[in-house]
Amino acid sequence: MSDTSPLTLGHFHGGIHMPDHKAESTTQPVAAVKIPPRLILPLQQHIGAPAKAVVSVGDHVLKGQLIAAASGRVSAPIHAPTSGIIAEISDHLVPHSSGLSARCIIIDTDGKDEWAELPPPIDDFASADNAVLIERIRESGIVGLGGATFPSSIKMEARNNSIDTLIINAAECEPYITCDDMLMREQAEHIVSGIHIVQHILGVKRCLIGVEDNKPEAIKSMSAAVAAASLQNTSVVTIPTLYPSGGERQLTLLLTGKEVPSHGIPANIGIVCQNVGTVYAIADAVLKGRPLISRIVTLTGEGVAQPQNLYSLIGTSAGGLVSQAGGYTDKAHQLICGGPMMGFSLRTDEIPVTKGVNCLLVASTADCPPPEPATACIRCGKCAEACPAQLLPQQLYWHSRSRNFDKAQDYHLFDCIECGCCSHVCPSHIQLVHYYRFAKTQIWSKEKEKSKADHARQRHEARVARLERIAAERKARMRKKKAALKSKKSGDESAKKAAIASAVKRAAAKKAAAKTATDTKG
Amino acid sequence: MIIAIVTIAALATLFGLLLGYAAVRFHVEGDPIADQIDKLLPQTQCGQCGHPGCRPYAEAIANGEDDINRCAPGGEATIIALADLLGRDPVPMDEDIGEKLPSVALIIEKECIGCTLCIQACPVDAILGAAKQMHTVIESECTGCELCLAPCPVECIVMIPIREGIGNWVWPYPDNDHRDLSLSREAL
Repeated sequence: MSDTSPLTLGHFHGGIHMPDHKAESTTQPVAAVKIPPRLILPLQQHIGAPAKAVVSVGDHVLKGQLIAAASGRVSAPIHAPTSGIIAEISDHLVPHSSGLSARCIIIDTDGKDEWAELPPPIDDFASADNAVLIERIRESGIVGLGGATFPSSIKMEARNNSIDTLIINAAECEPYITCDDMLMREQAEHIVSGIHIVQHILGVKRCLIGVEDNKPEAIKSMSAAVAAASLQNTSVVTIPTLYPSGGERQLTLLLTGKEVPSHGIPANIGIVCQNVGTVYAIADAVLKGRPLISRIVTLTGEGVAQPQNLYSLIGTSAGGLVSQAGGYTDKAHQLICGGPMMGFSLRTDEIPVTKGVNCLLVASTADCPPPEPATACIRCGKCAEACPAQLLPQQLYWHSRSRNFDKAQDYHLFDCIECGCCSHVCPSHIQLVHYYRFAKTQIWSKEKEKSKADHARQRHEARVARLERIAAERKARMRKKKAALKSKKSGDESAKKAAIASAVKRAAAKKAAAKTATDTKG
Repeated sequence: MIIAIVTIAALATLFGLLLGYAAVRFHVEGDPIADQIDKLLPQTQCGQCGHPGCRPYAEAIANGEDDINRCAPGGEATIIALADLLGRDPVPMDEDIGEKLPSVALIIEKECIGCTLCIQACPVDAILGAAKQMHTVIESECTGCELCLAPCPVECIVMIPIREGIGNWVWPYPDNDHRDLSLSREAL
């Protein structure tokens, strides 16, 4: 059942309209990128614990081979995107707002693109065990490709059939980004297979695919694919273009009218949300046995010669992708990883594309004007009108600014999705989101310090208790020894007497024996 | 007159008994203020404040025997937290002590002679080893207290400052003069 006419759509508070700039990068089909000479694969490309390298320098690896294993439940493995030799396992710049380096596996590619032996395809997934399918998703290193990079297998785990709705997030609400749009235009059938697999695992009653109405071609091809696959209770829902409708909470509210609780996840209200790129990767993993080693990345902005989408291997450098897209133009001013609203600036293009990078925006000063100097807050309240999470950005700002973090949390700082609507509408050009990020990371770091201190206290107390116990035991032992010595002394006399008596007895017996001997002789 | 005396005496006895009962019934073990102070201290057990550990320092503060500005690993943040808790004004860090960067101990393993002195000094059992065997520091458990440095007869322990990585990075405080976000020109 496919249906493009909206059900009664919900509504979320605030949000902003802005030019979407999506046409620039959707003029050509997605092009595959040539294999670059070097691939840089950070061990941490997901939320959770970094993966652990299982190869060493000099090893020859094949395409799809496991090179770093997951280290814990919330973690994801990493696979070689092509064949080559491990050149280094060292620190390298990674796409992160800090601009810092982290541990990476660096592969010198050999250009042969030789596949390793892959796990067998599970064609008949409908009769496969859920555990087998979830394990396949886990071992394929699939994480949320919408940008959150949360390991997908965890979302699939059984929750006693409490999930009734699957939401496929294909809203792609941030300006400039078109990778999901292009994926839907070109690979709708495979996406629908992925949706089918996820539906089967979760056992959901209905599935809603949310697409913004500025992607008519994607809506058409998705609707056709859903109809062709005759998926039950699955519908493509067209939603109005309004940033940030692709936020998980906003989309859930739009499509189902239900609100995800504060500090909660959609699963709390019976919903699982997956990005459209993620379900595509799931289809690849289950139906082809292929791990997540590539993704579509949007190259766009006035600073790049031919804006387009590229099918890129994970680990390709940003600079390499830009040169595939015709190189920089004279207008190139800023390189942004992600979109203009939620992305962050990169200072160099020698940074690799990771699983969570959906867009590289080479912005001109027209695309992203340099921020104007901030002036004092005039308490106009525009930020509160724009906030899609119904927070009070002004209050959050005051409290974050004065480092009053408890107060900021009272105003639900952690419900902020950092969409940037408040900063965008602020007439005083205050970098509001920057203050919230500052406050959030400060709170996390304080919490970490506190748990470290608690841990140290426990260990110290355990040590003190142990030393006391050892001292007490030693004392007890000494006391026992002393007591034993004393009792020996008092018992000495009688023991001596007994010994003498027994010696006398022995001597007498000997004598008697000798006597009888001489007697018989005589 | 006698009625008044008897009434007052009876009341006094009654309240005395009540108070006595309450003192037994609602008895609090330990010193709750010292507990609260102890919770704010970083638990490195380093002794730089002049007390043999965090708990004794917390007790000294609670009894008014020592000031709140003597915790080097805690730094300014701890002083402010303590001032907040105790309703005092924050004071600058004690000059004799000074603030310290967080760091962990590292044993230069080829120089270690296996004397076990550092193991005995470590307040949180973060050093692993046995007599005449090489020792090593369990990095995740080390609080950076430096108590193992002094006992080492061959000076093979060094303090390594904890590096800033993407795991412990925090967003800088926003300032008005915006950071330069442009792509460095040589990259173009």
